[in-house]
Amino acid sequence: MNYELVIVGGGPAGLAAAVSAKKNGCDSILILERDGELGGILNQCIHNGFGLHTFKEELTGPEYASRFIKQVEELQIEYKLNTMVMDITRDKTITAMNRTDGLFHIQAKAIILAMGCRERPRGALNIPGTRPAGIYSAGTAQRLVNIEGYLPGKEVVILGSGDIGLIMARRMTLEGAHVQVVAELMPYSGGLKRNIVQCLDDYGIPLKLSHTVVDIRGKKRLTGITLAEVDANGKPIPGTEEDYQCDTLLLSCGLIPENELSLGMGIEMERVTSGPVVNESLETNIPGVFACGNVLHVHDLVDFVSQEAATAGANAVSYIKGGFAALSPETPIEATDGIRYTVPKKISVSRMPEELTVRFRVGTVYQNCYISVYFNDTRVLHRKRPVMAPGEMEQVKLSRQELADFKDLNRITFKIEET
Amino acid sequence: MERNTQTRNLTCIGCPMGCSVTVTMENNEVTGVTGNTCKRGDDYARKEVTHPTRIVTSSVRVKGGRIPMVSVKTASDIPKEKIMEIMHCIDGVCVQAPVHIGDVVLADAAGTGVDIVATKNVERCQTL
Repeated sequence: MNYELVIVGGGPAGLAAAVSAKKNGCDSILILERDGELGGILNQCIHNGFGLHTFKEELTGPEYASRFIKQVEELQIEYKLNTMVMDITRDKTITAMNRTDGLFHIQAKAIILAMGCRERPRGALNIPGTRPAGIYSAGTAQRLVNIEGYLPGKEVVILGSGDIGLIMARRMTLEGAHVQVVAELMPYSGGLKRNIVQCLDDYGIPLKLSHTVVDIRGKKRLTGITLAEVDANGKPIPGTEEDYQCDTLLLSCGLIPENELSLGMGIEMERVTSGPVVNESLETNIPGVFACGNVLHVHDLVDFVSQEAATAGANAVSYIKGGFAALSPETPIEATDGIRYTVPKKISVSRMPEELTVRFRVGTVYQNCYISVYFNDTRVLHRKRPVMAPGEMEQVKLSRQELADFKDLNRITFKIEET
Repeated sequence: MERNTQTRNLTCIGCPMGCSVTVTMENNEVTGVTGNTCKRGDDYARKEVTHPTRIVTSSVRVKGGRIPMVSVKTASDIPKEKIMEIMHCIDGVCVQAPVHIGDVVLADAAGTGVDIVATKNVERCQTL
């Protein structure tokens, strides 16, 4: 099998990349999706609030997905469902398998990685205690309730205040469960403010910041947990323990890009994001292999995933059609002083669009501080932000003209400044 | 008559930006909204201090479909105090596949005049 472009993953990133590639003139596209339907995680995100940027209206996850699935169908883009990609080689041979085709190989000219991310499991959290049933990642519980039609439990404690945890606090409450508390290790919530208001405050669910689970009890089924306050270093403070009787513990403790395939093909990775290192074209260190969406870095808003993926799709077509400009020297972007990472991590002026969106996250909560961008030692951007938090992705646009006009540009620095 | 001026600080839930909005009220009448960055924030703040509303999303059983549940929502926002009543109404609903986005699965939920509509396409199960 030969395709010009193979997209690994049929979630929001894969769909938007495919639609964009087709509209940019690529007719040989195949999407590979391991689930039984397109749409990815949006299918279980039945709450509303998606698409305000993209469609100027408030949609639920499945509705947002369906807008893109419809385009994929109308544009007659090929896809294979229930298909697991096993391996990708550096020369872009994809090994995949499913029940009808068995094991098969596809040779691609370009590949877009759009595998998304998965949740951090209990095993990665080092919570002491027994190992009973009743402990779920928040997303697993979300799938059980919204797609499979099961309620995982009645008396619930949630650890982690990421958006999925907050959304599930409301969802479990609406389905008749009693959510006793949401505990968060950090002194601030990892979720969007609006979700604290409409998912916790609306239902009187307490949020305990700087708290964590220090014990899990129960032999077959969870019977209870112990919460304790933590100090500035995240260490539990003796004497602050509180016992909760519950049959369910949901974990919403972070998302990890799913990059086993990327690692297998030797793609250079960024330690902070756990995603590939990409340049201005969202291209990895292997020419013709692009990455977008949550496999690249975890997003808060699907609208930005769609935008990023559309860019990756268009760039992949340029690569395939030979329209990629020669690579001019790459200027690295350095993230320091409170900025944890940037995507992209390097820019080649010859290939950047007139305006390039650089996305990044800050390391802690900042109030009335400035986002600053330096070209070499010259500050070229200084923007005041009333509040910045690790849970909310920030972005800055860089103009090609400015980069091109700057003499002897050899590094770009992003930092947070107090004045 | 004594003038009773109040201010309330809210977080707008209109979009993921979550603007901090301040509402000033006199004798329970809204006299000003500040801090919002769009019209949506103004609307939200005025509603929130007088008669708060929410969109309710949930899922209902579907028979003969490719998956056992179909996601649904209230076609428009409903009074906040009606949320639980609406959930009780939705609880007993079961629909037959195929179901498509926008299909009414329950009309006039809990006397609100608002329909519950499907937000996902669930086609008939192919295998028998």
